[in-house]
Amino acid sequence: MGLLSDPVRRRALARLVLRLNAPLCVLSYVAGIAWFLALAFPPLTQRTYMSENAMGSTMVEEHFAGGDRARSLARDFAAHRRKSGALPVAWLERTMRSVGLEVYTQSFSRKLPFPDETHERYMVSGINVYGILRAPRAASTESLVLTVPCGPDSTNSQAVGLMLALAAHFRGQIYWAKDIIFLVTEHDLLGTEAWLEAYHDVNVTGMQSSPLQGRAGAIQAAVALELSSDVVTSLDVAVEGLNGQLPNLDLLNLFQTFCQKGGLLCTLQGKLQPQDWTSIDGPLQSVQTLLLMVLQQASGRPHGAHGLFLRYRVEALTLRGINSFRQYKYDLVAVGKALEGMFRKLNHLLERLHQSFFFYLLPALSRFVSIGLYMPAAGFLLLVLGLKALELWMQLHEAGVGPEEAGGTSGSSPPYPPTQGVGLASLVAPLLVSQAMGLALYVLPVLGQHVAAQHFPVAEAEAVVLTLLAIYAAGLALPHNTHRVVSTQAPDRGWMALKLVALIYLALQLACITLTNFSLGFLLAASMVPAAAVTKPSGPRPLYAALLVLTSPAASLLGSLFLWRELQEAPLSLAEGWQLFLAALAQGVLEHHTYGALLFPLLALGLYPCWLLFWNVLFWK
Amino acid sequence: MAAAVRLVLLVLLLLGPGVWGQAEPPRDSLREELVITPLPSGDVAATFQFRTRWDSELQREGVSHYRLFPKALGQLISKYSLRELHLSLTQGFWRTRYWGTPFLQAPSGAELWAWFQDSVTDVDESWKELSNVLSGIFCASLNFIDSTNTVTPTASFKPLGLANGTDHSFLRYAVLPREVVCTENLTPWKKLLPCSSKAGLSVLLKADRLFHTSYHSQAVHIRPVCRNARCTSVSWELRQTLSVVFDAFITGQGKKDWSLFRMFSRTLTEPCPLASESRVYVDITSSGQDNETLEVYPPPLTTYQDVILGTRKTYAVYDLLDAAVVSTSRSLNVQLKWKRPPENGYIHYQPAQDRMQPHLLEMLIQLPANSITKVSIQFERALLKWTEYTPDPNHGFYVSPSVLSALVPSVVAAKPGDWEESPLFNSLFPVSDGSSYFVRLYTEPLLVSLPTPDFSMPYNVVCLTCTVVAVCYGSFYNLLTRTFQIEEPRKGGLVKRLANLIRRARGVPPL
Repeated sequence: MGLLSDPVRRRALARLVLRLNAPLCVLSYVAGIAWFLALAFPPLTQRTYMSENAMGSTMVEEHFAGGDRARSLARDFAAHRRKSGALPVAWLERTMRSVGLEVYTQSFSRKLPFPDETHERYMVSGINVYGILRAPRAASTESLVLTVPCGPDSTNSQAVGLMLALAAHFRGQIYWAKDIIFLVTEHDLLGTEAWLEAYHDVNVTGMQSSPLQGRAGAIQAAVALELSSDVVTSLDVAVEGLNGQLPNLDLLNLFQTFCQKGGLLCTLQGKLQPQDWTSIDGPLQSVQTLLLMVLQQASGRPHGAHGLFLRYRVEALTLRGINSFRQYKYDLVAVGKALEGMFRKLNHLLERLHQSFFFYLLPALSRFVSIGLYMPAAGFLLLVLGLKALELWMQLHEAGVGPEEAGGTSGSSPPYPPTQGVGLASLVAPLLVSQAMGLALYVLPVLGQHVAAQHFPVAEAEAVVLTLLAIYAAGLALPHNTHRVVSTQAPDRGWMALKLVALIYLALQLACITLTNFSLGFLLAASMVPAAAVTKPSGPRPLYAALLVLTSPAASLLGSLFLWRELQEAPLSLAEGWQLFLAALAQGVLEHHTYGALLFPLLALGLYPCWLLFWNVLFWK
Repeated sequence: MAAAVRLVLLVLLLLGPGVWGQAEPPRDSLREELVITPLPSGDVAATFQFRTRWDSELQREGVSHYRLFPKALGQLISKYSLRELHLSLTQGFWRTRYWGTPFLQAPSGAELWAWFQDSVTDVDESWKELSNVLSGIFCASLNFIDSTNTVTPTASFKPLGLANGTDHSFLRYAVLPREVVCTENLTPWKKLLPCSSKAGLSVLLKADRLFHTSYHSQAVHIRPVCRNARCTSVSWELRQTLSVVFDAFITGQGKKDWSLFRMFSRTLTEPCPLASESRVYVDITSSGQDNETLEVYPPPLTTYQDVILGTRKTYAVYDLLDAAVVSTSRSLNVQLKWKRPPENGYIHYQPAQDRMQPHLLEMLIQLPANSITKVSIQFERALLKWTEYTPDPNHGFYVSPSVLSALVPSVVAAKPGDWEESPLFNSLFPVSDGSSYFVRLYTEPLLVSLPTPDFSMPYNVVCLTCTVVAVCYGSFYNLLTRTFQIEEPRKGGLVKRLANLIRRARGVPPL
């Protein structure tokens, strides 16, 4: 810091920053992107390893052999379900009781803010059924959860069958030290949310539900199971939870251990592990997996029922049975054995899972990137904003003095004192207007859906999405209004000050997002930083405008959707992409209201107003 | 007083030494009892009670001769001037919803409560010593009882035995929810029995079977009782109870049949020769109602009917002292077979002092019928001092179970019988009249996870972060708030300064 407090060196450094600003920015941006892509390659990815001592050293033997029982239970469940058209609560209660569990039910209801067209539901009411296996000689202070979310159609019945067969097997064992809760939820994640809120006796989303009669202490870990066929070719594991939260890496390691032990084919993001790390193919495949995970995590949606458990500090993941056209298939016994092994090891836990990483990226199932290694990628991108802000700050303070003579005469005072020159008062109006725009974007679509549905021939869900887009687009018209409000003596200084504030605002927001959800922060930084850095009212304005629009939060979302489907090897046509985009907008708003996902308010209240400031800068007169 | 004693002695001497041994009944007696209750869920509960009664005033007389009463406990009573002592060690949790009301529930872990005599001056000190001594006797970590987990309840935990006054300052209560109970606690408990585990009901106490259960609770209760009906003098009663619940689902493969051998892997062969009463009770209440779905073998010679916990119950009674029971089959192995699967209140709140005493909340409430009452306590999670964390901080911290004591109106009025004659399982809590009965229920302990620093590398993280923040913040603050200007360095060194000093002394302006 002595370097900066010495005025001579400081001036030299300032000159360097000013002169080399553009190359430095480009270099930093390229370094950030390159660093991120390099994360998939071996020196930066490490092999995963089990940190938790209680789960590492002792191997367990699996004895589960209830494959036939699981299949027949699944058939019964599916038949009862078809007959009643809803979750067969009485049958589930009877079956759970017959295998020796304590059975309880919970009814819940929720009116969604607007009709959910993807899942076709609006006024939702359902019943969750759960059975508790009480561990002998334990005082119900700790428990594990095996949950099967059941949607409206009769998928997942094999998962219910397997869960019940496992419950019957577990009930006959004497080694349990933690209670085990077998939970079947109706309306998939809504039921899970209702159950979790009632279990922890909180109400964060306005769900109405009956209180739980049976509890089993603090939940230590949870596994959600999704199976829709009697045989599977592979098991896919999902870790991304609500708002990009991840379970402790040890839970994933545990799953991977039993995959290897049972010889199961396990995938991550639907991709197999690359076998060959020496040639280019392996790392390329892991780049794809990494990008898929980043997109999935950035979306902030729970990638399975486990995602809602993470909010309550319950480590959880979802196992999905995939039945593809591959030749070799595994039956339910193999899946059951993997689950049995996992539960037995979790049963050994003395403390909550805490030894391993909570922040990581996964380029493959057995490889991970730790937070210390991936953070520089985002750091380089944010450095661009910092450099730009520094340049503007210096230009503002030395306005009137040319950059070449800034180091010369020190006695000559600038025409305006620095504080006066920045003219902070003139920035209040654009800041307030853009924030108000963000607030309108957040509040109005849901609030005004009925008005919109009355005046235009659209359904409520469409009304919400279209209002959203309309307000978003209306924000673009604003600078023509604000520039009349704002009057400054020095127009050049005006936009510089505004851009300086916008740059710092954006950098702060992105830094905060990156700390909690790296993927979202990185994606937003990668898309928004270049446009934010180059925007100015002079120069090729149409080009800048196009760049800004292409990198606005909504456009980033659209681009992410295309990239996601491309990586999944199911490319979208433009029309499909647009439909998916509209559905994603509606889902984003819904998930904010039903589960408390933070992506929508973050974009509406934070990044969109910030982006509007840059738009404002571009059309400054 | 001394004259009276001498007079009694004189009379006894006059009666002659020959009569001395036989005529006077022994001043202590032992009754043992086993109650087997098939529970509504299909599990089977077995409750052992061993009661030693000693007609002697331990505290007044300098007692040195012990027969049936364990000396270790007797000395404890006189040394610490105890009035009552209740200690329970429990593994598991009594599921009232599925198992029905227990005869005597205990919280998971260790529970100790004691009443001291009025003569004790420093109750806290005696309490501390007492818990340390008991810790040694029962091989339990009772020495962890200190002021941070001891409370003095004001409304509950009244003395169960004979008591003149109930000044709550002589009561101490503590629970250790983390205590794990195992064979090392069972062995010293068994050693207190007069027949140890050699004869009588105690041969069934095999550790490997008792700890193969869903619930295991062993307890010691010491209290003063009336020596006779008119209560002219005091006797001491020691009750050792042990309750276990066998999981019928695992052991019986879904059937509800049980036998003594299947449960304990032992049968009863002979009574304890020191016992004056030795009985096995089997709850056969449902046999009359469910169309004879239940069959007890060997068929009981007698049955016993009474109102227990508000409902009328029938028990099959096997008296081990009755020669017929044991001699017909050489050993008794009771079996049971199911032929068919079958408002204005009182609130006392004592807030905690950090690291000194725990919170105590007592409420006396009247519950309306068919209602759910929820008592919720809001608390803040705070960081502890870093030395106060346990070695396994991420396991969580235990909150002791709450206690519910209630006088429940009885459905069927019980006839007030002779307290001394009634079975042991029915005479633990003093009953005022037959219209209500006393229950005490405990909730599960609560496991709360507190914010925990990362103990794996606390210094790295904390020190590095603090240093970086401090350095960066300070420097940047400096740079942002100060303006820097170049000042020409002063010309001339030592000589000029000296010259200036001289000029100042002379009153001339400096150079």
